Amino acid sequence: MGDVQIMTGNQAAALGAKLSHVQVVAAYPITPQTSVTEMLSQSIEGGELKAEYIRVESEHSALAVCISASTVGARVFTSTSSQGLLYMHEQIHWAAGSRLPIVMCCINRGVGAPWTIFNDQQDSIAQRDTGWIQIYCRDNQEIIDSIIQAYRIAESVYVPVMICYDGFVMSHTMMPVEIPDAEAVSDFLPPYKPHTVLSPEAPMNINPVLFPWRRANKEGVLCDGYMEMRYKLQKALDESRDVIISTSCQFAGVFGRDHGGMLWQYKTDDVEIVLVGMGSVASEATTAVDMLRSEGIKAGVIGIRVFRPFPKEDVRAAFKKVKAICVFEKGISYGYEGALCSEIKAAFYGTDIRLPIHNYICGLGGRDVKARELAEAVRLSLDAIATGDTEPAPIWLNCFTE
Amino acid sequence: MPENLFNVNIEEYMLPGQRACQGCGLSLAYRYVLKALRENTIVTFPACCLTVLHGLYPTTSVAIPALNCTFASTAASASGLVAGLNALNRTDITVVAIAGDGGTFDMGIQALSGAAERGTDFIYICYDNEGYMNTGTQRSSATPIGALTSTTPVLTKQQPKKDMLRIMEAHDLPYIATTSSAYPIDLYDKFVKAKRIKGPRYMQIAVPCPPGWGYAPKDTVRIGRLAVETGIVALFEIEDGKFHFTGRSKTLAEKGNKLPVINYVERQGRFRKMSIEQLRQLQRWVDTRWNEYLERAEG
Amino acid sequence: MATPAIGEAGKTGEWRDMKPVCDHSKCIPSIKKKAACFLCWLYCPEGVIKATIPLEIDLEYCKGCGICAEECPGKAITMVNEGEKNG
Repeated sequence: MGDVQIMTGNQAAALGAKLSHVQVVAAYPITPQTSVTEMLSQSIEGGELKAEYIRVESEHSALAVCISASTVGARVFTSTSSQGLLYMHEQIHWAAGSRLPIVMCCINRGVGAPWTIFNDQQDSIAQRDTGWIQIYCRDNQEIIDSIIQAYRIAESVYVPVMICYDGFVMSHTMMPVEIPDAEAVSDFLPPYKPHTVLSPEAPMNINPVLFPWRRANKEGVLCDGYMEMRYKLQKALDESRDVIISTSCQFAGVFGRDHGGMLWQYKTDDVEIVLVGMGSVASEATTAVDMLRSEGIKAGVIGIRVFRPFPKEDVRAAFKKVKAICVFEKGISYGYEGALCSEIKAAFYGTDIRLPIHNYICGLGGRDVKARELAEAVRLSLDAIATGDTEPAPIWLNCFTE
Repeated sequence: MPENLFNVNIEEYMLPGQRACQGCGLSLAYRYVLKALRENTIVTFPACCLTVLHGLYPTTSVAIPALNCTFASTAASASGLVAGLNALNRTDITVVAIAGDGGTFDMGIQALSGAAERGTDFIYICYDNEGYMNTGTQRSSATPIGALTSTTPVLTKQQPKKDMLRIMEAHDLPYIATTSSAYPIDLYDKFVKAKRIKGPRYMQIAVPCPPGWGYAPKDTVRIGRLAVETGIVALFEIEDGKFHFTGRSKTLAEKGNKLPVINYVERQGRFRKMSIEQLRQLQRWVDTRWNEYLERAEG
Repeated sequence: MATPAIGEAGKTGEWRDMKPVCDHSKCIPSIKKKAACFLCWLYCPEGVIKATIPLEIDLEYCKGCGICAEECPGKAITMVNEGEKNG
């Protein structure tokens, strides 16, 4: 057993960045992310981590700094939440389109208006179309481990990675965390090689305007149009699935912990109804499942760890044996339903998986989600399914909806 | 004059056949900016006329490493270049941010103020053509009073030009300089000097724009000169807070013979709807600032 | 990504409707037979004028802005119509 300490999610995140030997950190404070930036400032000013720390004047600039620093070959890190993530949205698209291996923590917090400082996942889910890999952590151990894995994944597929974890619920909650050995981490992370070197030795223009059509260079060779470049981003995300899984396995081999690759399962042998979620709501669901099992209800949890690239084949394989699904999510695509629920349904299209799916919107703006509430929701869903209600409108859990 | 001319770096980093307009003031100025800064430079710039000048993939017209960025983030992009290069111990490269007045006075002001306040070791260049010219001459806070633009098409710009130079002075920078496309040697000398200074350096270039300002392309240098002759543009340097005129402005300050602004505005289509009151306001604005500069130059 | 080359926008000489023509008998460096003036070289926004004796202007890429003619102190350069488009 290595060095185990109790620490908050934010401490785990700062430690993960430090162990990964990040070279440039640019961050702006926002609740509940702030202590990550403070701890990294402490590490850098105290001499424990040799890195440039740019105390930027906004989140938009934070990611802009990361983008250009990564472009010249530095390993970079930033973190934010909610409004900060939204403010840098333009840059989030830019980073993915630039194919830069930036790793960013999103400490999940609900978005305004009206204001909330408390947890939900609307902020990061709203970024799902940008081309970032998204990993949702269920406990603080997974935070530190996923950050390390993220650099390895990002630097081999050249796609940025967002490590998401729930604000306050994890960021400010202490859990035991085994700190990976620093040397083992250094061995696990080979040095970063940028895909394009921006340097006076070979001048070129990075991220210029592209025409809609392909265009010949001075040698007469046809080069990519905008659409080809964007196709390459999608292709990289498709190919990242294998890298995510192999990295997860290799990490397990070196450090002894396997967080499940694309998704993880709890008590899904001989299961009828499955609770699905991302992050801490999924880990809370495991407690709900224990309650339900003690009553004789064959419940289990499938936790989606990687939301992007969406684990379509893993979802199809995992849900084949299931009879009913309750998707619990801390966010909603307004005007439709929970994004995770939609995407799971879409994953079944084209297969013969047809089963009742109930979508629960829960925990918005930090409303507490208790295991017994999840268990009660499952019992109600089972009753409803028995009467033939396979796909009700999204149910707002523990919310006054009169 | 020819001697100064012949001391200029003869290398051309801006290659022929680039996409800027006929008679573009930016094109003229940029030629000398690059000559002064030389090969060990990385430039970063947002979507603007310069993006178009640098060209469309897969070819670029500029033989200097360049990184495009989003419109608001030019100075932040430069901050990241500086940080990344420092982290990699590549301290031999000059990092240059360059944006138009729209990307500096307006959307880019936050990032610029941040980078300046942090003492970032880079050169920030604002090429001021007094409007969002790349997108078709929309009004910016740098547009002078009385000018027609596509977003002030009937009433003309109602507010005087934002004094960005004073805003940058408030950041206690080691070096601030104004330059003009019409005075390339003065510009070149200031950029050669700026390259050797450490810390945030702010350079503003007064750039005439034929389609945006409404004059024939052949008159770019003439219009640029008139801006200086009338005091609308003052050529100066502020080094560690100490102000002094340079070049033609120095001569004008000594001889006291700057021309009335009417000589400048009457040659440009954008001022054809300017009212008498606005003209008076512009003259007052020029005179007030000029007198302040004269006092500072003497002090 | 994008690599440097001449002619990114094509042969920008095709943009012209008037082209610069130099009367070398009025060109100060040609008269003095030494480096002098060359304000046309200085003020060319394209950098397509070569400061040589006699003066050379790259008509493949000259956009015909007319600044050189306007600024020449010896009035050696005049702008003349392109005439027939020669493809």
